[in-house]
Amino acid sequence: MALDNIRNFSIIAHIDHGKSTLADRLLEYTGALTEREMQNQVLDKMDLERERGITIKAQAVRLNYLADDGKQYVLNLIDTPGHVDFTYEVSRSLSACEGALLVVDASQGVEAQTLANVYLALENDLDVFPVLNKIDLPAAEPERVKQEIEDIIGLDAHDAVLASAKEGIGTREILEEIVTKIPPPKGDASKPLKALLFDSWYDQYQGVIVLVRILDGAVKKGDKIQLMSNRRSYEVLKVGVFSPAMCEVASLSAGEVGFIIAGIKEVQDAKVGDTITNLHNPCDAPLAGFKEVQPMVFSGLYPIDTSQYEQLRDALAKLKLNDSSFSYEPETSLALGFGFRCGFLGLLHMEIIQERLEREFNLDLITTAPTVVYKVHRLDGSIITIESANQLPPAQEIQFVEEPFILASIHVPNEFVGGILALCEEKRGVQREIKYLTPTRVMIIYELPLNEVVLDFYDRLKSITKGYASLDYEHLDYRRSNLERLNIMINGEVVDALSLIIHKDKAYYRGRDLVSKMKELIPRQMFEIAIQAAIGSKIIARETVKALRKDVLAKCYGGDITRKRKLLEKQKEGKKRMKNVGNVELPQEAFLAILKVEG
Amino acid sequence: MNYYFPMQLSLYIHFPFCVKKCLYCDFDSIAGSPITPDEYIAAVAREMELRAAKLSGSVSSPTLYFGGGTPSLMPPQLVGRIIDAAARFYGLEANAEVTLEANPGTVTAEKLAGYRVAGVNRLSLGLQALDDRFLQRLGRVHSVDEAVAAYAWARKAGFSNIGIDLIHSLPGQNLAMWQETLETATRLAPEHISAYSLSVEEGTPFAAMEERGELPLPHEDEAAAMFEATRSLLIADGYEHYEISNFARPGFRSRHNQVYWRRGNYLGFGAGAHSFLREPGWGMRWVSPRGHRSFLGAMEKDCLQNEERQVLTQLEALSESLFLGLRLLDGIDIGQLRDEFGACLQDQYGKTIDDLLAKELLVSSGQRLALAPGAIVVANRIFSRFV
Repeated sequence: MALDNIRNFSIIAHIDHGKSTLADRLLEYTGALTEREMQNQVLDKMDLERERGITIKAQAVRLNYLADDGKQYVLNLIDTPGHVDFTYEVSRSLSACEGALLVVDASQGVEAQTLANVYLALENDLDVFPVLNKIDLPAAEPERVKQEIEDIIGLDAHDAVLASAKEGIGTREILEEIVTKIPPPKGDASKPLKALLFDSWYDQYQGVIVLVRILDGAVKKGDKIQLMSNRRSYEVLKVGVFSPAMCEVASLSAGEVGFIIAGIKEVQDAKVGDTITNLHNPCDAPLAGFKEVQPMVFSGLYPIDTSQYEQLRDALAKLKLNDSSFSYEPETSLALGFGFRCGFLGLLHMEIIQERLEREFNLDLITTAPTVVYKVHRLDGSIITIESANQLPPAQEIQFVEEPFILASIHVPNEFVGGILALCEEKRGVQREIKYLTPTRVMIIYELPLNEVVLDFYDRLKSITKGYASLDYEHLDYRRSNLERLNIMINGEVVDALSLIIHKDKAYYRGRDLVSKMKELIPRQMFEIAIQAAIGSKIIARETVKALRKDVLAKCYGGDITRKRKLLEKQKEGKKRMKNVGNVELPQEAFLAILKVEG
Repeated sequence: MNYYFPMQLSLYIHFPFCVKKCLYCDFDSIAGSPITPDEYIAAVAREMELRAAKLSGSVSSPTLYFGGGTPSLMPPQLVGRIIDAAARFYGLEANAEVTLEANPGTVTAEKLAGYRVAGVNRLSLGLQALDDRFLQRLGRVHSVDEAVAAYAWARKAGFSNIGIDLIHSLPGQNLAMWQETLETATRLAPEHISAYSLSVEEGTPFAAMEERGELPLPHEDEAAAMFEATRSLLIADGYEHYEISNFARPGFRSRHNQVYWRRGNYLGFGAGAHSFLREPGWGMRWVSPRGHRSFLGAMEKDCLQNEERQVLTQLEALSESLFLGLRLLDGIDIGQLRDEFGACLQDQYGKTIDDLLAKELLVSSGQRLALAPGAIVVANRIFSRFV
């Protein structure tokens, strides 16, 4: 394939701005799919992604397009994950492209996340051109949004394509722009193989499938390839492209995008950003920019029914097959028994994993409050990192503790600025900048401790701004901070799964709020239950759940014992969903209360 | 199916018709049916006959119970017809307890006398409340005056074993009001008092009212106080508290209801009536066709139907023995249970029983295991450990 006839591009868009619909339209127009074959939003494979309107796994689709200039082009659409937790994956996918469409909702305008991805694209030297989508909507304001794109991003939006992916308006113009505005890939097919691995997943029949962009050289069935980060080598079993069905080809060469199947057993061995070369004829150096992603947010996952432990372990292993950014290891809690400490890229990543465990594997789980990774400097000079409050050494052994900070960019209509500033201040934020992007749109930039963000920041942000805010963040650094461990005690016993690491200034308030929430959530039982919050040995708050007073069945009518049994069974079933901590039965909600504490 | 019965068998007759459905009721009952009591009772008698034909061996019946619905809508001769059938097909014993549930709004002195003559020797009067405001709120068809009159007629008719049913924890009721009800009730001096706590059942008008926030039910603490007051007041008045919701003068415990708690044999006749036999195996339960139409339809075809038939396992039988037996405050005979279930008792519930004893929710004396007096009010929590 001549390089001149190849275009590699991706689509940058905010959630709901119509990326997936537009992708469908491009596929349909180029005949990759007939209308009848179309299941809407082909690129979002998992149900969960479709429901949330986000793309989790990237995919690359090859489109054949006969352009106005009479030439046949191969367009490789490289889809990117659409969430802030997956910034690194996005940057690798983008670096496989030469250009990107910036899709902006013609009524909503530019959002923070879009902005972040545009910057990522520009950093990767991509040519970006704007497309205004949803112009068929009555609320569409193409002129205002064009101006916004120019003001905020600095892109010339004068000639932006006006499209409606839903109505199929503008599809051909977009395809023409791809051909004319995006440069063809560079590369030398005669050089040794140099390919960027930008996505990988596990397929139960074929093993790990990797998506690659070939920069130099070529790869074909039977070649010996090597992954440069871990020096592992494999024999290529298949090379091919998605169109969008999997389709084997004789070889992939410089400039092309496609998949390689090479008997790789685990996705951990095929890390995004790695360079693939030929074992016997290697390239000079790996591509820049490879890094191992580290989980940033941790939480404990425990089966409510302890007999589901094995099932949970198997389910985690299965998920891990397809997600190298997620980690887990066994953990034991005095309160919750056997479970796993899991690491995630961020909060959304965590929610997705939890939801899949419950939905696809039918598990009932208790999730402990998410925490971040702290660095504890001990008096003896050693430094340890901890991922849970229970790993925090006793106060007398600690010199000081450091916590991770992020740089958060929040993009909102100006009427919400006050609310956001109050929230960020309350979350111990340090204001860096407030930029008026346009007279009505503001970018608020704050340095925030990640531990405040993982608790309830997103929910609060959403409610303060009625859903109009968008957030992007990057990791900044570790900072020394005045942190301590807040314990919750039930009838005098510390419930380890409810312990928190918290800033000293907030401990008192949060402790009080937490015990009063717990009081609402813990049902009356056969005895009185004391709920206390404590820092060290100091009790800072206390509430009491009075003993159950009455629970007795009414008359048994005409010997209907079956019904009586059912009532008792129902009651017992309700208890099963509770976790026994000492003598006390705690409902799942009690463990989540920790997440829902206001302010 | 044929069964061999060398033993006793209690009988239950379900009469599903009512003048009007009460607001809290979710029993198998129906108001305003075009079907006459004659037609229905003919079908019930038919079912008794068909069922008896399946039995072999000698049978005797120590108790017969007419429940509903409103059995007191039956004219006495229909009641007599069933009693005759019970004698003919099931060997109703000469000193059998024959109970009829009566709604005070549906009886006259003559009718009650008629029941007595027909062979009914125990009357269960559904008073439910002794305050017209509450009777109205419950949607009952009678007044307090009518209830008191009915009670007097029953005595006059020669009933020397009268039970009354009362419900507490009604919407708007407080402890003082309930105590007043209890005092009025004890002045009537019935032999038996059933005092239930109102439970709002799904699908009833009360449930809908509760959903709309229109049912001011007393707080859990107040309801518990009413339960405790019932116990102390009636015990002080000479009643024995023998079952969670039941009180009796010595010698007047309901024999029929104890059959349910002790897992004795019983056969139910009529629409949706429940039956239980201890044998074969670990016992079985079934229900006659639910709904009077399908019941009548089945009987027209002379077709016995055991719906929702449930053959019990050893574990289920054991579990029932515990959660039913513990409703009786005399408790259960552990030795007898051990004889019946062997190691299964210890294996399944040994730890649970020890735990409940340690927490003083159960008490044991000799071979008997019973609810601790203080635990009666939370009995459900204890029973749910045995299912």
